[in-house]
Amino acid sequence: MSESTPILIDNGHLVSPADHLDRPGRLLLRRGRIEALDPADGDLPSYYHRVDARRCLVAPGLVDLGAEFREPGFEDDETIVSGGAAALAGGYTSVLCLGNCDPPIDTPAGVELVARIAAAAGGPKIHVIACLSQGRKGEQMAELGLLFKAGAVAFSDSPAAIGHSALLKRALDYSRMFDVPIFDRPVDPDLINRGVMHDGRVSLVLGMAGLPTEAEDLAVARDVRLAEATAGRLHVGPISTMGAIDLLRWVKSRGIAVTASACPHNLWQTDDVLRGYETRYKVHPPLRSGRHIEMLREAVADGTVDAIQSGHMPRSAEKKMNDLDQAPFGASTLETALSVVATRMVHAGIISWSTLIQRMSTGPARIAKLDAGSLRVGAPADVIVVDPDETWTVQADRFFSACHSSPHDGAEVRGRVVYTIVDGEIRFTRRPALEHLATNC
Amino acid sequence: MTTSRAEITASTSNAVTIPLPERPRRWWRRHLLDLESLSAEEIVILLDAADAMKRLTNGCRNKIPLLSGRTLANLFFENSTRTRNSFSLAAKRLGADTVEFSSAGSSVAKGETFIDTAKTIQAMGVDWVVTRHPASGTPHQLARELQCCVLNAGDGAHEHPTQGLLDMLTIREHRGCLDGLTVALVGDIQHSRTARSNMWGLRKLGAHVIVCGPATLVSPRWQELGFEVAHDLDEILDRCDVLNLLRIQFERFESRPFPSVHEYASRYGMNGRRMRRCRDNILIMAPGPINRGVEITPEVADGPHSVILEQVTNGIAVRMAALWLLAGGSGSPEEVVV
Repeated sequence: MSESTPILIDNGHLVSPADHLDRPGRLLLRRGRIEALDPADGDLPSYYHRVDARRCLVAPGLVDLGAEFREPGFEDDETIVSGGAAALAGGYTSVLCLGNCDPPIDTPAGVELVARIAAAAGGPKIHVIACLSQGRKGEQMAELGLLFKAGAVAFSDSPAAIGHSALLKRALDYSRMFDVPIFDRPVDPDLINRGVMHDGRVSLVLGMAGLPTEAEDLAVARDVRLAEATAGRLHVGPISTMGAIDLLRWVKSRGIAVTASACPHNLWQTDDVLRGYETRYKVHPPLRSGRHIEMLREAVADGTVDAIQSGHMPRSAEKKMNDLDQAPFGASTLETALSVVATRMVHAGIISWSTLIQRMSTGPARIAKLDAGSLRVGAPADVIVVDPDETWTVQADRFFSACHSSPHDGAEVRGRVVYTIVDGEIRFTRRPALEHLATNC
Repeated sequence: MTTSRAEITASTSNAVTIPLPERPRRWWRRHLLDLESLSAEEIVILLDAADAMKRLTNGCRNKIPLLSGRTLANLFFENSTRTRNSFSLAAKRLGADTVEFSSAGSSVAKGETFIDTAKTIQAMGVDWVVTRHPASGTPHQLARELQCCVLNAGDGAHEHPTQGLLDMLTIREHRGCLDGLTVALVGDIQHSRTARSNMWGLRKLGAHVIVCGPATLVSPRWQELGFEVAHDLDEILDRCDVLNLLRIQFERFESRPFPSVHEYASRYGMNGRRMRRCRDNILIMAPGPINRGVEITPEVADGPHSVILEQVTNGIAVRMAALWLLAGGSGSPEEVVV
């Protein structure tokens, strides 16, 4: 299919909170842009591919605020190609990837390398979250100005915690010059020592070292105060605790522009599943108890949590095939994120599809300052078609991702991405190719 | 499943014929992973079998060819002397062979995962894998992967089921039954697998369990799970039938959860003065190794109420019972003939 072939997405239900769209309509994509909303038949080009979106939602492509693609250095976990394929299958058209590679992405050359591999891969648009500190050591600031110039869209040492408050404060101050956000995965390293799961009743019975909620709460408290003091741009996430939510509500009520994100798995299930000692449930942030999940769902609904990020932390089977102490945190989540959130939040009646798109596309795009998350005419043609009612069973061994460890493996979910279109090009579809190639000439 | 009563000649000096115990029909398990998941009935079966084994082997001293031709592998990823030797002796008393394996100097040191190591050992044709590991849940992970029987000899701070059983057997020998007794577990509950096995096992058989120790080592959440929590040993002393004094596991602390050993010993150490405030027939137990002068003074450890050495003997009995029962388990509760 040539790049310039226009696409008409027909018969669908348009959902785009940025454009106040939540109604049936059709969309014409041409030359990588959204050319027209509800074009009349007479205005259609002489040839185009028609995507039949009957009974489907048409929405801006999802934007992920922090996936790990592990390249360079940890290609046994994931590559930009395999991670990109996973992202497309999950409906992501833009992915911010973390710099915890080997070497860490703390130089302009690193940012350029990732950009070059990504450009050749033909997957989603990939943006780099460069390291906040040199070598991710948490001591000296990395060259934020040069990294920004090379294309970095955010700075973070995630998933590692920023232990030094002085470093975070300095970076928040310094990055104001570029208006680029700092992403902090909020954890107080002093309080987590060898924890492997949520510190609660289950960890007590299993005799496992716990990750106490206050480790997250304290870090969020510090982070939001520093954001207030510096007026820097701060994004905290993923968060998972009631305490963190309380603090965010408080700080947002004071008009401080801190944003926050959460992961689908923290909306999905409790730490009870760890009773089976399966390392696929050793994830970051840890699965929490029911009270935290309930409050996190509320926070996603009311906007205290601005964004849902995939939390994609792929780790190879060899690494995950170990005891719970030794196995690394992490799971492959890009391909299930939308379905998991749809099942737990939309079909459970907690949020609308429009809110889901707000949290997974429009909100993240705004945080990362990307031209994405919208269906307005003239916007990049990054569009997904979602069957809201398709029920399917997650089979992690069939993931596009190189990592087949998933906390959702075997789960039945509802809602599935059917098409992922990037820059006006169908890069992923579950429909037989001939179906959309039937063009109206 | 065979339940016929066989008779064999035990290798005692006077070569008498001893009737073998009948396999309990209700037993189906092939693994002994924890006591939390066992029913009260299953625990009683294990304790009864341990009684029988002890009798048959003349107090765990003689050898009977009950399980000859079978092989036990000790797969220890953590140091152990008494548990490992106790399992080995239990196997040998029943005529089985043993293979020793430790993580130091093995392929684990070369980067092999514990699951691969266990599969390798299984491929050598062993019937039981006895495993100890610093991480919780490793025996459960192995049980999913292996076809042979898996016995947990301690997984992290989770459980140590044969220790729990031998403690219960010792109490039962002295008191006849556990129902209605008050048993206090004193010390580092947080890091103690012995504590957790005792707690579930004792409660299933009707005992009242108190967990007692510094607030940094005894979580208030145990109360939510139905156990009594105490932080002052002197307050509970006169209510207890049994005191099980757990060792302070200094090696598991990153920073010490109490100000000093001196302060700990003064608050929780069992000494002669505290003994005088106990009930007359109190039983003093300790899973060992003991830190004399910390959780227990020599006069208590070696005193008339101490059953610490009986616990060691009963350890062999319980392990013989476990090996024998698991070897005959079908692995499925549906295949139980009731």
